[in-house]
Amino acid sequence: MRAYEDWVIEAESKGKKLSEVILEDQMEELEQTEQTLFERMNNNLKVMRGSVEAGLSGKRRSVSGLVGGDAAKVEERRKKGNNLVGMEISGAIAKALAVAEVNACMGKIVAAPTAGSCGVLPAVLLTVEEVCQSSERDIILALFTAAGLGMVLTERASVSGAEGGCQAEIGSAAAMAAAAAVELAGGSPRQTADAAAIAMKSMLGLVCDPVGGLVEVPCVKRNATGATIALAAAEMALSGVKSAIPIDEVIDTMGRVGKQMPCALKETAQGGLAVTPTGRRIQADFL
Amino acid sequence: MAKSNVFDLLGPIMVGPSSSHTAGAVRLGGMARKILGEEPVEGTIFLHGSFAKTGKGHGTDLALLAGLLGMLPDDERIPDAWKIAEERGLSVKYEVIDLGEVHPNTVKFDLKGKNGVHLQVIGSSIGGGTIVIGKINEYEVDIRGDYPTLVVLHQDLPGVVAQVTLLLATAQINIASMRVAREKKGAQALMILETDQTIDKAVLELLRKLPKIEQAMAIEPL
Repeated sequence: MRAYEDWVIEAESKGKKLSEVILEDQMEELEQTEQTLFERMNNNLKVMRGSVEAGLSGKRRSVSGLVGGDAAKVEERRKKGNNLVGMEISGAIAKALAVAEVNACMGKIVAAPTAGSCGVLPAVLLTVEEVCQSSERDIILALFTAAGLGMVLTERASVSGAEGGCQAEIGSAAAMAAAAAVELAGGSPRQTADAAAIAMKSMLGLVCDPVGGLVEVPCVKRNATGATIALAAAEMALSGVKSAIPIDEVIDTMGRVGKQMPCALKETAQGGLAVTPTGRRIQADFL
Repeated sequence: MAKSNVFDLLGPIMVGPSSSHTAGAVRLGGMARKILGEEPVEGTIFLHGSFAKTGKGHGTDLALLAGLLGMLPDDERIPDAWKIAEERGLSVKYEVIDLGEVHPNTVKFDLKGKNGVHLQVIGSSIGGGTIVIGKINEYEVDIRGDYPTLVVLHQDLPGVVAQVTLLLATAQINIASMRVAREKKGAQALMILETDQTIDKAVLELLRKLPKIEQAMAIEPL
């Protein structure tokens, strides 16, 4: 079974970025050249940029009518310079909402790691890009770091809401985004592990309780809060704050908590917010 | 747990909102189209379980239809599938069905093609956009779209299987796996072969001309 720690040690000993170690691993695994893998990942990045842009325009509504237009509201307030949490965090919130709204409205997205959690990673990376003026190559590399952590999450736990609750979807996305953000901001391989662990720990136990079984409520807004948790975790790790519990143990914990979670709280729409009076009313009105 | 790669975690590129209910549904429609082997003109789409319950909000109905029209999961015209179906002369209706003990995300297609082929296909979306075709007409199958697949309906007589494999051997097509099933002795039978090489049109035409072969379909991998 893969361990993120193994990659951290390999990267440290070779003096490489974590993403470079993952890239080498995948060149061997997929029997493809570095250039091919870069191009494939660049395609993902292009689609991510496209969905941020499409979502911020705020024109689309979901089939149920519950989702759409919120990203544009946050972006509008932000553009007026009128915001509580600074341009970076408010920007990440707007971008995460944007991508998740595009998904809910049948627009084009990259599952990262799932469709329901597709807003977190692009929002965080494109925010760090603005802050650090990152190169395109470094952003693509950071996506490999995110995906590498995702592979460990899949193998040791799960990235499916039906198997592990929302902690497995938005939680995984936040951990992946935190690790990628640290690398993109110039942090060490060890710091990517700390950031991922801190983000994942903050999401443990989160249930998957979609109203009407749709990827809308509360999924879209959790993409935005997931992005802010990822940025907070990255900020801590970059400052030298360590996670007391190492990343692989945190991932194993997420898997175990997911198994202990009752079925009603794992994407069945039979618990949590889905069975509130309002949640039931929304379901009845729509279905 | 099978070994994953970076593009399992970042990807697929798809039209939302759900990998199982939208992207998987497009692929199921696409697979049914390939099995039919010609332009579908009429069909009934039977939705089972979660596809029936939450399908509307996930655009499952549109996604299945988009697949029947030959679209891929990242096609931004998926939300317009009804309009496109109308333009292309494909008329479908939807029904809810209970298929019993199958995966919750299961659909049954009853399709008619423009040259008169009529068949039924049952398939499930089993997570992350992965699909499996479980039934063609009355035959249990297990087609996942990983390999080029040849589906042959034929009469259950000695030598029929041999003439098919001989033809493939002559065409330098290697068989990766093979399954033969029949309704009853001497009646209609079904052969499913997964191959390492693509089965091109010429080979398929030759296959169709072999005696005792009723129907032959070549399905490219997804």
